[in-house]
Amino acid sequence: MSESNRELEPLSDPGLPEHLHRKTDVDPLAAKKAERQVSILFTLSALGTILFVYAYIWIPEDTLIFLPLFNVTNAHQLFLGLGLAMALFFIGLGAVHWAKTLMPDHEVVDYRKEQRSKDEDRAAFVATVKDGAAQAGLGRRPLIKRSLGLALGLVGLSPILLLRDLGPLPENDLNETNWKAGTRLVTDPGDRPIRPSDLEVGGVAQVQPEFPAGKVRHLDDIAQDSVLLIRIRPEEFNLDAERLSWTYEGIIAFSKICSHMGCAVALYEQSTKHLLCPCHQSTFDVTRAAKVIFGPAARPLPQLAITVDNEGYLVAKAPFNEAVGPSFWGRDSG
Amino acid sequence: MSARERIAGGTASFIDERTGAAKWMKKTLTKVFPDHWSFMLGEIVMYSFVILLLSGTFLTFWFDPSMREVEYEGSYEPLNGIKMSAAYASALHISFDIRGGLLMRQIHHWAALIFMAAMVVHMMRVFFTGAFRKPRELNWIIGVALLTLGIVEGFLGYSLPDDLLSGTGIRIAEAIIQAIPVVGSYLSYFIFGGAFPGEMFIQRIYAVHILLIPGIMLALITAHLMLVWYQKHTQYPGPGRTEKNVVGYPLMPVYMAKAGGFFFIVFGVTAFLGAVAQINPIWIYGPYNPGQIGAGSQPDWYMGWLDGLVRAAPPIETHAFGITISWNILIPGLIIPGIIFTLMAFYPFIEQWMTGDKREHHVLDRPRNNPNRTAIGAMSLTFTLVSLINGGNDLLATHFDLAINQIMWFSRIGLIALPPLAFVITKRICLSLQRADREKVLHGRETGRLVMLPHGEFIEVHEPLSPEKAYVLTAHEQLPALEIGEADANGVANPQGLKGKLRARISKASQEQISKPTSKEMLELEDGHH
Repeated sequence: MSESNRELEPLSDPGLPEHLHRKTDVDPLAAKKAERQVSILFTLSALGTILFVYAYIWIPEDTLIFLPLFNVTNAHQLFLGLGLAMALFFIGLGAVHWAKTLMPDHEVVDYRKEQRSKDEDRAAFVATVKDGAAQAGLGRRPLIKRSLGLALGLVGLSPILLLRDLGPLPENDLNETNWKAGTRLVTDPGDRPIRPSDLEVGGVAQVQPEFPAGKVRHLDDIAQDSVLLIRIRPEEFNLDAERLSWTYEGIIAFSKICSHMGCAVALYEQSTKHLLCPCHQSTFDVTRAAKVIFGPAARPLPQLAITVDNEGYLVAKAPFNEAVGPSFWGRDSG
Repeated sequence: MSARERIAGGTASFIDERTGAAKWMKKTLTKVFPDHWSFMLGEIVMYSFVILLLSGTFLTFWFDPSMREVEYEGSYEPLNGIKMSAAYASALHISFDIRGGLLMRQIHHWAALIFMAAMVVHMMRVFFTGAFRKPRELNWIIGVALLTLGIVEGFLGYSLPDDLLSGTGIRIAEAIIQAIPVVGSYLSYFIFGGAFPGEMFIQRIYAVHILLIPGIMLALITAHLMLVWYQKHTQYPGPGRTEKNVVGYPLMPVYMAKAGGFFFIVFGVTAFLGAVAQINPIWIYGPYNPGQIGAGSQPDWYMGWLDGLVRAAPPIETHAFGITISWNILIPGLIIPGIIFTLMAFYPFIEQWMTGDKREHHVLDRPRNNPNRTAIGAMSLTFTLVSLINGGNDLLATHFDLAINQIMWFSRIGLIALPPLAFVITKRICLSLQRADREKVLHGRETGRLVMLPHGEFIEVHEPLSPEKAYVLTAHEQLPALEIGEADANGVANPQGLKGKLRARISKASQEQISKPTSKEMLELEDGHH
């Protein structure tokens, strides 16, 4: 603000207020008292460390005690923490109390200078840079300039290329699961094949595709294959003929991996026949082929066509006819 | 000379003869720092960062960042014999079999929450007082970078134990990556080393969490502090405080004792929380399995607003030509946060554009004296708060017996309607406060004391303000709006055209003020009834 502006201000700056002495500045008894207080605080810290050491060595790790606010709690853990907290906190409190009562409380004035350098310094800086560039002669030697540009441009490629082996390309992986025509549905957990009669009306079961003996089920498989079986009364379905043919005696199978962001769609409300994803509350209507009736999901859960094999066990009639899980650029969502 | 003085003198001499540091140290030790409670917020951020480094280092001594499948055998009996990743097993081992391990885990998690909270409140202080103005724009941008890194760092940190809750969070992050147009699924396969969840991501995010991001943050914090040091701290307006000086306590001994003591206080409070307040009890959630989930899955609060935005997104995807674009993920997950953080980083320059004020400022604004900025801040906070509330909509629904659909619709409408409302209300409140300040300066403080005059009239006694107080209320300057005419005196149209017109209008709106008392008004009053 310029000085001429200042004169228009309604009030002039009264300047720093007069310094008021604290009690500890003028009364030696008060100062002595403050000194005692500070040392008591530091002593409390020392006691905290002793509590910490005691808890670490002598309180067994599985000691449970009852405390009013905490209910039953682990004494080893609690006193270890309280000791540490005391030891640290009271060092801090002591230091601050010391500074506030006994160290000088005179405010000091320091002066600022503008961040901008003086004009001649700025000019000299520009001159130095120009001079340096001229000495290097980059402007006069275009061959060096261009080849250096090429080299610098290319050298960045190597670290990027080095990252290539971080993982394989997705190829068609996201569109495929382990479900094939005739794959048996097995319980998760348990890996037992199931018959339609194992699932009562109103019941829900999580299933996986049966693996040939010796093949291990990894989390990657579960992340794509998990299927939810739900049994309702067949007349409650509101499906077109094709989708109805994908069900079996009121049993309908959906991918359990949310079509929004891949969480497990685990909450089934029996009375409304709604499936709810606990992550973002997308809600799917089981009777209408998992149509989205609420929330951010844009697509129904993929439905798995099921039937029974000649031994009476539930099997997949066909693989999923679309990719399961969250969307991606190359997903053909029709 | 006592022995102690001899040793101190000897050490100082040894260092100075090798570094020539005496002159610099002399200046440094008497450096002046203004005192105000709100200046401690940044300190809390820095101290919790140190606590995070210390407690985090302790945790790395036992944590095994591997997704190798193991069978748990340890002190926590409910999980004995369960198959899980080595990472989760080692996190359980730290919690149950290392003395002080659970305490350190809880201190680490609490320190992270305090770090983020203090960073947000510190930023609010800097924003609402205009501390980001020239010459401090760079430090503001560093701050925005630190906030962004802090969010990522915190998310990666609570993902490391590989429990059911954190794995669900990683799954959602994977879905966001996968939704990126064209390259999404490739990026995801590179990051996870194949199909989700793969067997690589814990060790990868471990390297990023304990080395890469903390390293960058440490460098940025150092630069941040060096700039504070070099540019000298801002100060609140008050008698004797000007743009040309800085009033406060010298570093040695007062500020050192207070700041050093404050570090121990912050550490002590964090340790207390770690001792008594359980946080992230991973043994309850169980190991991660993509086919399972816990009800009420919630991210930590600094991610909650993002999750709330995702929850509120309308279900829109574009399906065409064999490709899918998930607007329901891209808009809340990437586009809106991208816009928010970009605007935040550039705000100092946006404000300069609005006001045309490119001068240095070292005396802080009282938020009411810049109604436009304060209103913008309130608007942004309202947006974030509504998203955060929506991020906890499932918990709100179960705790308060509300329908989740109603909360969702409240948020969807609220996200659009409430921020502008907050802007208008805040601006009006600021102007009213300015009006109250003006009244106080001109007519004094209302004492609430009623006096009956001899002729029977009742008046309330007003007590004039002290010169110091009155100065604080009038020391701010009120910039006029930018004058960008449509045509100059010769009738030549303004070359800035529409842009100039827009800028003039924004400037006019942003400079709306209740004019503070002029010296003429003050004099008239003094001549009048005093």
